[in-house]
Amino acid sequence: MHDSGTPVDAAPDMDVRESIRGYIKDNIASLGEDGLRDDDNIFEKGFVTSMFAMQLLAHIESAFDVEVPDEHLNLHRFSSVERMAEMVSELRAVRRE
Amino acid sequence: MSDRSPDSVLKRAEAFAMELAPRAGEFDREERLPREVVERMADEGFLGATVPVEWGGLGLTPIEYGELTEIIGKACASTRALLTVHASLVAQTLAGRTSRRIKEKYLPDLARGRRIACFALSEAESGSDAGSEAGGMSTRYTRKGDVFLLNGRKKWISFAGIADVFLVFAVDNGVVSAFLVDRDMPGVETFSMSGMLGNRATHMAEIVLSDVEVPAENLVSGIGAGFAFVANTALFHGRYSIAWAGVALAQAALEEMCTYAVRRRQFGSRIGSFQLVQGMIADAVTSVSAARELCVRAGRLSAERSPDAIAATNIAKYFSSTAACRVTSNAVQVLGGNGCWNGYPAERLFREAKILEIIEGTSQVQETLIADFGLKTFSRKG
Repeated sequence: MHDSGTPVDAAPDMDVRESIRGYIKDNIASLGEDGLRDDDNIFEKGFVTSMFAMQLLAHIESAFDVEVPDEHLNLHRFSSVERMAEMVSELRAVRRE
Repeated sequence: MSDRSPDSVLKRAEAFAMELAPRAGEFDREERLPREVVERMADEGFLGATVPVEWGGLGLTPIEYGELTEIIGKACASTRALLTVHASLVAQTLAGRTSRRIKEKYLPDLARGRRIACFALSEAESGSDAGSEAGGMSTRYTRKGDVFLLNGRKKWISFAGIADVFLVFAVDNGVVSAFLVDRDMPGVETFSMSGMLGNRATHMAEIVLSDVEVPAENLVSGIGAGFAFVANTALFHGRYSIAWAGVALAQAALEEMCTYAVRRRQFGSRIGSFQLVQGMIADAVTSVSAARELCVRAGRLSAERSPDAIAATNIAKYFSSTAACRVTSNAVQVLGGNGCWNGYPAERLFREAKILEIIEGTSQVQETLIADFGLKTFSRKG
């Protein structure tokens, strides 16, 4: 299983994407022939159900040492690798301010 | 409240459980939990067990809270249900996933048990499918200026009969959101339900919401967070509590069957010496041990905030509730005629155990989730 226990605080955005992508791949039985693209809506494509959102939330908070605030808690924010990476980037920027 | 240290809390729980256990049958028959039991749970701090100390709770770790749940649950399932509903499903969820404003408004009172909370997700036509797009949730919300207008009907809501605050889930154009509704808001009515298989003293009721104006600040998390984040978080906490409730019932049934088997004589021998009875006892001993270890593992992962805690909790709930059903059924079997009579606790434990296979996600829902986890985790990639 993908290691979610080590915060990758200093990881650049590409590494954040790689980490999220890896976590999703580890938690999907089969991606089909097309694989997982960063802009794929993981819920609409049927890779995961909305129940997986909570797991993604736990992964993001522990792997990137951020706290996802209430206003970010909607499925849209968690619907693709791209959107989750953007969210992590925003949260880190807020923390640095 | 006296000492908040976990050791002291668990010792007080043991003492309270000794008083509670002999009365559990009476609560079950009368289908009500006396007010003084709820107040004692509050006074001892148990209702704030999951809430951080800064908000007035005990701040127990998940494993300590599990041990508390087992102690209370072994004595009285309906009193344990108050912990599951109030402390796990609502207070713990609010402590983790809500605005500071909501926390300030509700958490200190919930932690001290000055107000009782219940969890209002189920409806007559909406159960396991509450979170799906095709789900039959009919309770609606609409935005109207500074308030949300709620209309609908919730069913099978434990403690709705006495609760002061309801965590209500409603839908608007397929988007599920969660709201805190106060009992004294105009348009809120409750209707007691009776005749349940188990959890009879949990003041179960239907909730009817008619044009209830809920302040916008009572929206829990954001619009659309209702099922994916709020309900799932609550059910995660609730499942953990139910997993320990299964350990509690199975342990109680194990003690009943062993106590009976060493006294009861048939064919000139104590029935505990019969190998077929021993088989049931061996299964019970093993099942209780295994269920408890699965609960401890889920609690440890939860304390570590590991994403793996979700699967571990589903596994613990599934195993523990099915084990509780089997062990309590065998307790009835060992007690024979006395097992079928409410002069002994075995028949009540049996009825209570079946409830655990239904609530907080049926065993079939757990099987689906666990199989999904298995396919993802154990299939060879590439």
